[in-house]
Amino acid sequence: METVKGTVFKYGDNIDTDVIIPARYLNVSNGEELAKYCMIDIDADFVHKVKTGDIIVATKNFGCGSSREHAPLAIKCAGISCVIASTFARIFYRNAINIGLPILECAEAANNIDAGDMVTVNFDTGIITNETKGKTYQAEPFPAFMQKIMAAGGLVTYTKEKMEG
Amino acid sequence: MGLTMTQKILAAHAGETSVKAGQLIQAKLDIVMGNDITTAVALKEFEKTGAKKVFDQEKVVIVLDHFTPNKDIKAAEQCKACRTFAYDMKVKNFFDVGQMGIEHALLPEKGIVVPGQVIIGADSHTCTYGALGAFSTGIGSTDMAIGMATGEAWFKVPSAIKFILTGKPAKWVSGKDIILHIIGMIGVDGALYRSMEFVGDGIQYLTMDDRFSMANMAIEAGAKNGIFPVDTKTLAYVQEHSLKEPVIYEADADAPYDEVYTIDLSTLRPTVSFPHLPENTKTIDEAGHIAIDQVVIGSCTNGRLEDMRIAANILRGKQVNPKVRTIVIPATQQIYLDCIRLGYAEDVIKAGAIMSTPTCGPCLGGHMGILAAGERCVSTTNRNFVGRMGHTESEVYLASPAVAAASAIAGYIADPEKIVGGND
Repeated sequence: METVKGTVFKYGDNIDTDVIIPARYLNVSNGEELAKYCMIDIDADFVHKVKTGDIIVATKNFGCGSSREHAPLAIKCAGISCVIASTFARIFYRNAINIGLPILECAEAANNIDAGDMVTVNFDTGIITNETKGKTYQAEPFPAFMQKIMAAGGLVTYTKEKMEG
Repeated sequence: MGLTMTQKILAAHAGETSVKAGQLIQAKLDIVMGNDITTAVALKEFEKTGAKKVFDQEKVVIVLDHFTPNKDIKAAEQCKACRTFAYDMKVKNFFDVGQMGIEHALLPEKGIVVPGQVIIGADSHTCTYGALGAFSTGIGSTDMAIGMATGEAWFKVPSAIKFILTGKPAKWVSGKDIILHIIGMIGVDGALYRSMEFVGDGIQYLTMDDRFSMANMAIEAGAKNGIFPVDTKTLAYVQEHSLKEPVIYEADADAPYDEVYTIDLSTLRPTVSFPHLPENTKTIDEAGHIAIDQVVIGSCTNGRLEDMRIAANILRGKQVNPKVRTIVIPATQQIYLDCIRLGYAEDVIKAGAIMSTPTCGPCLGGHMGILAAGERCVSTTNRNFVGRMGHTESEVYLASPAVAAASAIAGYIADPEKIVGGND
């Protein structure tokens, strides 16, 4: 997998999927449409400032609450290249892997990276570099099975390749 | 080393004699479920797999419950897409307006979910069915799509936290108060990635509706699932509702637990979660004077017949505060019908409240009771996140049906004991 580089949007603990994409926008399922309202209930400026490749960093339990896959989909379609958090809520974690949104768990990075920092992520090594502060952090590698899903771009392609064997 | 109840069910469905926490397994699914919001995404992913049919027409369940009856044109289009898919795929358990109820009240009532099953649902509150002694967990739309195509899902075998419940809860303390107390104790990520296994002699005092409320909110502590042992109450419930054969699993005596908590239910008080996290709990005695604008009694957490009975008993012969819009939502058609038959509907309407057709509606800020800036709602639902029920400057206080009904009368968060006394 490749390396990504982007400016950081920083959030705190327990960012729930209701603030990532409120239910009032769930009457559509198109990623580009959902991306217009991404993070709106916690950071109304996000959609105006985000650039392709930018990175979200948050502390514990990112993506808690509703199972709506619209949440990682909105983040992915908004152009975010990676979400780094101390921990992820389990359904969000699963959904992100399944739809091919790169995520990394790393408490040290999450606690020390600030909004606006320039960060690069190497998915092969799990090394997160804060170029603004000149610090590096090591994220936990994913189990091989999940790496295969992510390498395939998501669970659908992975399963399809397996089914077609 | 023994296995937890959850691990035993997962091992059996993965064709393994034993599993251990952290192990990745591929498990066979007994039920794959989705609603109008999540199925709308799942059916697109299903098409991408190239599958021409669902793995089993009996085991896929689609319930149009979130934005129904259709709240707007876009919701109508989504429901239409789900409906077309369900008919094309000959999904036997498809529930549209007229048959539908809130999914997590409906599936047990229809006998679709029973003890010992592995169930995934594209709705986070799918953990509800753990009340029946099943492994049941929420997943996203892509997992639902793959589940519908293959009848299987991948899982990381969870470790568990054991909650030993002892003693008998007091009159106004329900399953909702117990689970809010637990979430307040361990936090919204206190059980992250893990099972919550409820055991102990206190369980005998909990009705099935209490247990459904508790398992339902396991996700609000971050848990993968919440699960109860199967007892005579469970078996009586299953016999009344299902033709399926329950399979009973028990945790091994030497099963490992990350943590063990003992909770004396007799010491608990009615409990309220303050904005904006379910873990922000206070007992009713600590709540202070919080004036409110709306009460919602319903949802997959507390829209069952016992919840309706408790609310109706409190509202009967009284009037809700004229400044409190009180919305009562039976979770299924059957519960709605029972509310009419038993006179609860009349009690609610005469008290100045409304009774609505089943819908998830206000719980997630969809429709049927959205809050304006600065408004406060006491709700028997499950989340009080920022903007959950409407404006980002509105507030949701989570509570039991008894506290919600008492608060509707008082106009502020109230102890049911003080509104109706202890002998009702």
